[in-house]
This record gives sequence, structure tokens and C-alpha cells, in this order.
Amino acid sequence: MGIADLFFYLFSALTIGSAVMVISARNPVHAVLFLILAFINAAGLFLLLGAEFLAMLLIIVYVGAVAVLFLFVVMMLDVDFAELRAGYMKYFPVGATIGFIVLAELMALFGAWKLEGGISVTPKAPIPDIATLTNTEAIGRVLYTDYIFYFEAVGIILLTAMVGAIVLTFRQNDKAKRQNIADQVARTPQTSIKIKKVETGKGI
Amino acid sequence: MLEVGLPHYLSVAAILFTLGIFGIFLNRKNVIVILMSVELMLLAVNLNLIAFSAYLNDLTGQIFALFVLTVAAAEAAIGLAIIVTYFRNKGSIAVDDIHAMKG
Repeated sequence: MGIADLFFYLFSALTIGSAVMVISARNPVHAVLFLILAFINAAGLFLLLGAEFLAMLLIIVYVGAVAVLFLFVVMMLDVDFAELRAGYMKYFPVGATIGFIVLAELMALFGAWKLEGGISVTPKAPIPDIATLTNTEAIGRVLYTDYIFYFEAVGIILLTAMVGAIVLTFRQNDKAKRQNIADQVARTPQTSIKIKKVETGKGI
Repeated sequence: MLEVGLPHYLSVAAILFTLGIFGIFLNRKNVIVILMSVELMLLAVNLNLIAFSAYLNDLTGQIFALFVLTVAAAEAAIGLAIIVTYFRNKGSIAVDDIHAMKG
């Protein structure tokens, strides 16, 4: 058992442990923090599989953006989370049953999965040797050529999500001062300037 | 058994996915934890894609994991925006209270 195997067991144990804490933590802030821990350890697993770019992306996008977004929402909303936990144990039996069935099926499937010797797999985009091409560069060469349309579609999805999130959460605020161009253009000297004759020694 | 191979990674992904499903059942009332469970499930899918990519020596799996990552980020942003808007209107995010469109 090499050092990589030890790290696999470390990362996977921590990922699964923090995933358990995510779904069972009493305090949702703790749940978000455990979600961050799960993502970081999953990034470690990605590294072990040789997907360095995706590991770093997971940390930047998930830990840096998505998890912090969750944290903001959890802290901003004044929700009584204890009330939301009512009936928590009521769903435990059905959830455990379905979870166990799914897990048993997936385990049976993956445990039996192996590549038959007779079948030769020809990769569509073989992973180049790390000495000649880094993982990031290799992904870029495939992503911007074979998958360019998917890449652009993903960009449009992100744009839609951004517009949607802004439209949903934007609130018209009457207190905020805004420029009204029509009002500005409609101004005339009569409405904006007042001429007064000031007599000497008296003031207005 | 101790030598780590593809089945080990797939098992970790399967356990993560199951925990995501379990989390949805367990926290039936709390939308935020449900969203987090969905994120866990998508993480398991990504782990599967990358494990197969590494063991089949094919970059395509990593590309698709990248796409899943971006779509998951968009989903989280929209989901949280909907939660914030709903909380503003109703003052609650309990799933039980979301039945305004029920006939």
C-alpha cells in the first residue's frame, strides 16, 4: 500500500464524514462549513486521479464562490432553523431504506464493473503524458476545439443564471437617488433660476 | 482490497450520492440543506466522471465534469436567489409552506 493509497483513504474518509455532517448538522452554518470541507477533500481525490485543473477549479468555484454564497444566504435569512428540523426523525426510516437500496445497487454495479480484456477502448481524447503537456493545457486543447459549442452553451447558461439571479433579488428602492434624464432635459431657466433684486444693506 | 483502483473511487462516489439522497429525505423542510444535498450528489457525479476519465485514459470525462461544475454553480445561484425572494415575500423558507400554486 503506497502513500497515494493512504491519501485516498484519508481523503475519502474525510469527504464522507463531512458529507454525513452536512446532512445531520443542527446548525446550517456548520453544515455549510462541512460542505466546504467535503469539497476540499474531494479536490484531493481529484488530484489523486490526475485531474489537477478540476481540483483547483473545485476549490476556486465551490469553496470560493458557491459555498460562500450559501453561507451568506444562511446568515442573511432570519429563519428559525430549529423549527425546520421538526419531524427530522419522522423521515429517517423511509430515507434510510431508500438510501440503503440505492447504495446497495450502486455498490453491486460498481463492484462488478471491470473492463473485459477482449474489448479494446480507444479514447476519443487520450490523456497526454504529463511530462509533455500539463493537465490544464490538455483540457484547453480539447475544450476549445472538439467541445467549443458546448463551452459556449455553458457560457450562455452562466449568463442566464446571472441575469436571473439579479432580476430575482433586485429590489426597487425609493430612497436611493437616481438620475432622471427626462427631468433633467425638461428643465428650463424659468423653473430652475430665481432672480431677486437685493436691496443694499438689507439682504434677502 | 487495500490496493486502490477504480471500484474504490466509484464506491466513494456511490456513498456520497446516497448521502445526498438521504439528506433530501432527512431535511424535508429545509430548502437550503436540500440544495446542499443536491450539490453533494453533483460532486459524486463529478467524481464518477473523473474516475472513469483517469482509468480509461480519456480526457472527455474531465471536460464533462467541468460542464457539470458550471451548471451546478448556476443552479446554486438561481436556487439561492429564489430562496431569498421567497423569504422576502413570505417570511419563511419551510417547504411545507410552498403550496401557493396548488390548485
